[in-house]
Amino acid sequence: MAETILVKELDIKQLGTFSVLYRILARDIKVALRRQSDVTAVFFFFIIAASSFPLGSGADPKLLSAMAPSVLWVTALLSCMLSLSRMYASDHADGTLEQIMMSNQPTVLIVLMKILAHWVLSGLPLVFVAPLIGIQFNLSSAELQILAVSLLMGTLALSLIGSIGAALTLGIRGTGVLIAILVLPLYIPVLVFGAGAVNAVSIGMSPNGALSLLGAVLAMAIVFAPLASAAALKIALE
Amino acid sequence: MGFLASNHVLTADNLVGVRGERLLFEKLSFELTNGTVLYLQGANGTGKTTLLHTICGLSKPYKGSVSWDSENIDGLAEEYYRHVLYIGHLPGIKEDLTALENLQFSLALTGTQFNFSQATKVLETLGLAKGLNLPTRMLSQGQKRRVALARLWLQNLPLWVLDEPFTALDAGATNMLKQKIEAFANTGGIVVMTTHQEVMMNVPRFEQLRLDA
Repeated sequence: MAETILVKELDIKQLGTFSVLYRILARDIKVALRRQSDVTAVFFFFIIAASSFPLGSGADPKLLSAMAPSVLWVTALLSCMLSLSRMYASDHADGTLEQIMMSNQPTVLIVLMKILAHWVLSGLPLVFVAPLIGIQFNLSSAELQILAVSLLMGTLALSLIGSIGAALTLGIRGTGVLIAILVLPLYIPVLVFGAGAVNAVSIGMSPNGALSLLGAVLAMAIVFAPLASAAALKIALE
Repeated sequence: MGFLASNHVLTADNLVGVRGERLLFEKLSFELTNGTVLYLQGANGTGKTTLLHTICGLSKPYKGSVSWDSENIDGLAEEYYRHVLYIGHLPGIKEDLTALENLQFSLALTGTQFNFSQATKVLETLGLAKGLNLPTRMLSQGQKRRVALARLWLQNLPLWVLDEPFTALDAGATNMLKQKIEAFANTGGIVVMTTHQEVMMNVPRFEQLRLDA
């Protein structure tokens, strides 16, 4: 019997936690890159939405640079939210989620990897492209730098918090609006401190206060969001 | 005891399963030791999948407990999953990835190193030689099933929980899977499975449990 021989020949090595987690991250990114329309949609939504403001609001450079932080931050927030409903939906639909919950690694860490993958694909690209769009808004280089830094921290917080909403609404039809309603109140601190940091630079103050508070929100989100998401996913499977 | 080094026992103690407001099964107790194949039967909607999920710890029993080596699986948490291989009726396969990539990921989740040549060999044995580099979305239902089942040949875990493993398989694959389950039980593995097909197994202990009786 060919099969039994194979079993005896099996050379099985165990993987450490880090290599398991790395593979989870790598798979999510690989799946997304095979299905590029999802990733590029988020990216281009941000570019199109953010660059239509300068076109629509006339040619007053002062007005533009005054509204730039809020416009860029709100569009970043909305584009992050666009892809939230997909975070766990396909894994739930094809049974991968059951396998994930039955992994011998803690679910919380796996969920954290899935959140990181979401951030790498939908948040991180915005960090790089936002300063370019900021030029359209007549932002100074100091403002552009802080914009990138605040987005770097803020988009990760958005992915983390959004994951809770995505996990809670799993298996429910028409989740898009529901996620927005659940998650938007929690997004407000991120928006306030993120845009606040850039605004502080515009009026010649130090952005450190706002950035520290944004960092505090991020730290809280890193601790609590994976725990809450993992618990919500467990409920979704029952 | 074959390639499985130690003795294991899976115990269900007075399980009560409820779905919504409906009682599915009650006072269900069994003890499965090395070499046992437990074959769950019952009409659709009698709670077979719920029972499998309970055994896997994916859903909590309404009452009662499941134990592995006389420790409650709730307490064991991830430690339990070092011993269980579950293949649900959803194959757990990403349609955008190839068969090999899917296997690599499934194996990684249970902490098993992926061996490219072994995996290729298994997939070829299972008749997937031609589809190795295609995204699994191009494969037929039965071929996807085979990709999911390939894990049985590549992992070394003492408890298999299989939900309708024979679905969508042709006669050849059904036979191969049956032989694989027999070989596994004969080397000391424990299998809990559901199926609507009449399958007779040549294993040390073969038990049947009807949920609608």
